[in-house]
Amino acid sequence: MKFERFSSQAVFLNRENIDTDQIIPARFLKVTEKVGLGSALFADWRSDPAFVLNTPDAANAKILVSGANFGCGSSREHAVWALCGFGFRAVIAPSFADIFRQNALKNGLLPIVVNAPTIAMLPANAHFTVDLLDQTLSVDGDSRILFPIDSFSKTCLLEGLDELGYILKHEAAIAAFEKAGTRA
Amino acid sequence: MPPKTLYDKIWDAHLVTPETDAPAILYIDLHLVHEVTTPQAFEGLRRRGLKVRRTDRTIATMDHSIPTISRSLSSVDAQAADQVRRLESNCIEFGVRLFGMDDRRQGIVHVIGPELGLTQPGQTIVCGDSHTSTHGALGALAFGIGTTEVEQVLASQCLLSRKSKNFAVQFDGALSPGVTAKDMVLALIGQIGTGGGTAHVLEYQGSAIRSLDMESRMTICNMSIEAGARAGLVAPDDTTFQYVAGREFAPKAEAWDRALAKWKTLPGDEAAVYDRTVRIDVSTLEPVITFGTNPGMSIPITGRVPDPANTADSGARARLEGALKYMALKPGQQLLGHPVNVVFIGSCTNSRLSDLRSAAGVMRGRKVNPAVRVLVVPGSQEVKRQAEAEGLDRIFKEAGAQWREPGCSMCIAMNGDQLEPGESSVSTSNRNFEGRQGRNGRTFLASPLTAAATAIEGHIADVRTLGGF
Repeated sequence: MKFERFSSQAVFLNRENIDTDQIIPARFLKVTEKVGLGSALFADWRSDPAFVLNTPDAANAKILVSGANFGCGSSREHAVWALCGFGFRAVIAPSFADIFRQNALKNGLLPIVVNAPTIAMLPANAHFTVDLLDQTLSVDGDSRILFPIDSFSKTCLLEGLDELGYILKHEAAIAAFEKAGTRA
Repeated sequence: MPPKTLYDKIWDAHLVTPETDAPAILYIDLHLVHEVTTPQAFEGLRRRGLKVRRTDRTIATMDHSIPTISRSLSSVDAQAADQVRRLESNCIEFGVRLFGMDDRRQGIVHVIGPELGLTQPGQTIVCGDSHTSTHGALGALAFGIGTTEVEQVLASQCLLSRKSKNFAVQFDGALSPGVTAKDMVLALIGQIGTGGGTAHVLEYQGSAIRSLDMESRMTICNMSIEAGARAGLVAPDDTTFQYVAGREFAPKAEAWDRALAKWKTLPGDEAAVYDRTVRIDVSTLEPVITFGTNPGMSIPITGRVPDPANTADSGARARLEGALKYMALKPGQQLLGHPVNVVFIGSCTNSRLSDLRSAAGVMRGRKVNPAVRVLVVPGSQEVKRQAEAEGLDRIFKEAGAQWREPGCSMCIAMNGDQLEPGESSVSTSNRNFEGRQGRNGRTFLASPLTAAATAIEGHIADVRTLGGF
């Protein structure tokens, strides 16, 4: 699936170190499918009716804004599947945990790194536009914020490139590596 | 040639293609597979019509959602049982070797890898589990991956990867009695924070690491991920080689001599440069225990819970207030004497024979406080057999603790072993996140010694006042 420019409101979670046990508690990991996990997203926090994901606006939001070190903890890709299942296409945070970031990119969920002071100034009810080609986040059609992404990940997302397909194109190199070592 | 670290050497030796604008293609020597993070990966292979490329480098077991009361799947819910059966059928279909529930080699993946000699110095090892960092204790580059990556490794034995930075963690000095590897790593995470190691590979060095046995090194490497680092490493030495020698899958005879010669070249060069270094003097460490809702929120066992009012930064203050509220603790209070409902001794962090020996030493001839439910869950069938051969199971049972079958159990609370809402535990596991051990459960992370002392006293206790270690 190709990653295209989109606009949406955002949901704000003003909290650092949001771990994968919060994003999807372990009791939801007994599934054998990737789909249908949107309802498990932040399941424990959502038991509070006032939690931001329970507000009507959240249902249409495609962007989640968080504090630093988002997605720390386990390697469960279910965390990303749950975010995607709920309808999120991007997470904005000052930093991401390494494994979460990798998992997100592999599922078309864009991790957008924006520094904490800039995040603090994002208006809550604004309309955000995410443009991966330009690597910009714009707020109400204005004040474009540039965000970084490595060129490989960017190309994979924009062209919907399949990573496994990319690896398997290097079959000759893999076979040569196995032959050269004692790995054959 | 520029001097290299241990990590640099392992990385370079596994490059199928180097890192450019594109990530490197890294060859994986050993892929460990379990029931929770793989069904979707096998399904992906099926959909693409692909095979497992190297069934000889892929090993499966079940650990996360299996029962520990017995080996009967009737004691877990239908969904968990289905996931276990799915792993069994996937392994048959794709020809993957499985150490099933009744196999003498079954256990927590990060316990059986080293125990069986599958884990060897200089290897690259991955598993769909963040605590794969454990295997770094043997000088292997080992890290957790997501399910999409599991599929990629199954199909290609390779992974797209970018090189991390080198982070030296220097532990010097001698540990005081009652202070363990668990306390060392909790102290480290408390110092650098849960994101302190992000984008780095930690290499644990120094006299305090050299003098640790292999199982203690595993405890430390296991929790590298709790500092944000995907991998942690200890350079292999004679302690490592002696540990690996003679194990089921370790090289034998001439193959051993060749392997040993190679392993001896792995330690980092004298002049190797690290992007970051921290030093910790372990001689001043007390037993460490967490008070909050991430593994970085810890205090010495005799210390007091921090007061948010003394925290200048508003974000940090809010985090601390939130954690204390969740944990039902008051600012400035001591944890010693704080009552708990459950003590859990187990997990890939602390379920090995030496962990059980130290807990049993404290519990020998004593009784568990009747207010506390105590679960002792060995990390593998082999650990269980050895513990029983030494009579450790009798010590636990006579004290009033439950002696279980191997598995992840209450570390991740997927199999019914869990805290009830509002209950609290002292746990030898690795994560104290909200709800980790059961919804609205509260977790205090500590060493097996502290856990055993707490089991006896019925409240958080300092093992140094009890003795038995």
